[in-house]
Amino acid sequence: MGVQIAFWLFAILVAGTALYAAVAPKIVHAAFSLMATFFGVAGIYAILGSDFLAVTQVLVYVGGIMVLIVFGVLLTDRVPEEYKVVAPRRWLPALIAGGLCFAAIAGALKSTVWPISSSTPLGDATSTVEGIGRSLLTDYLIPFEFASILLLVVLVGAARLARGQVR
Amino acid sequence: MNGLSLNHFLILGALLFSVGVLCVTLRRNAIGVLIGIEMMLNAANVNLVAFSRWHGHVDGAVYAIFVIMLAAAEAAVALAIVLNVFHHSASVSTDDYTEMKG
Repeated sequence: MGVQIAFWLFAILVAGTALYAAVAPKIVHAAFSLMATFFGVAGIYAILGSDFLAVTQVLVYVGGIMVLIVFGVLLTDRVPEEYKVVAPRRWLPALIAGGLCFAAIAGALKSTVWPISSSTPLGDATSTVEGIGRSLLTDYLIPFEFASILLLVVLVGAARLARGQVR
Repeated sequence: MNGLSLNHFLILGALLFSVGVLCVTLRRNAIGVLIGIEMMLNAANVNLVAFSRWHGHVDGAVYAIFVIMLAAAEAAVALAIVLNVFHHSASVSTDDYTEMKG
């Protein structure tokens, strides 16, 4: 019962703050609303028993990506008209796109029978850290190494891009 | 997981993804579009972790880690590009990025 209450609290937090981040008139409000969304998703991971991912979500999203986004907002927010970020004429196509997307996914979920053996989660909710660590260094070693190369390339590329024109 | 089915989490993921689509199509600000993309990546992660839990092994969680890694890389590069274009055209509105038309 407690898990259920926690799920609904986090689900309402995620849905509400995500919706506000989508429609907030000021982009900086959207950015901080998105931070609450990230915390809510971390809570959902915790409910699902993924302790490692919940911590990683807070570290990477709230600690890293949010800082990047807020910096981006602060560095580009010199134009006052840009505060009005929601264009009125875009409401109809945006609502149609979002609504169709949700209807399609929800319809597919309703009609799909997943090949899972039980209606309750398998295994007990022990810590996933050991399993993830083993997977990363055995079955997923090549993707893991590619990920490090990608991060290096991104580090160099982002620094080069953000530096702008070099005389 | 008393009373919670897999579909609870999948519907939450679908909702978050649709709000991300709404955000991407609604926003004129390039950073707003980026916010929507982050929402969609998070929605995919919710689904991956839910399936991982219901199948009883960690593969889904490992995929989710790679998605988080990609999201961080994407955010860094996208913001660098936005800052660069902002220096170029003094605007973050996606409507003003018309010079890239072929």
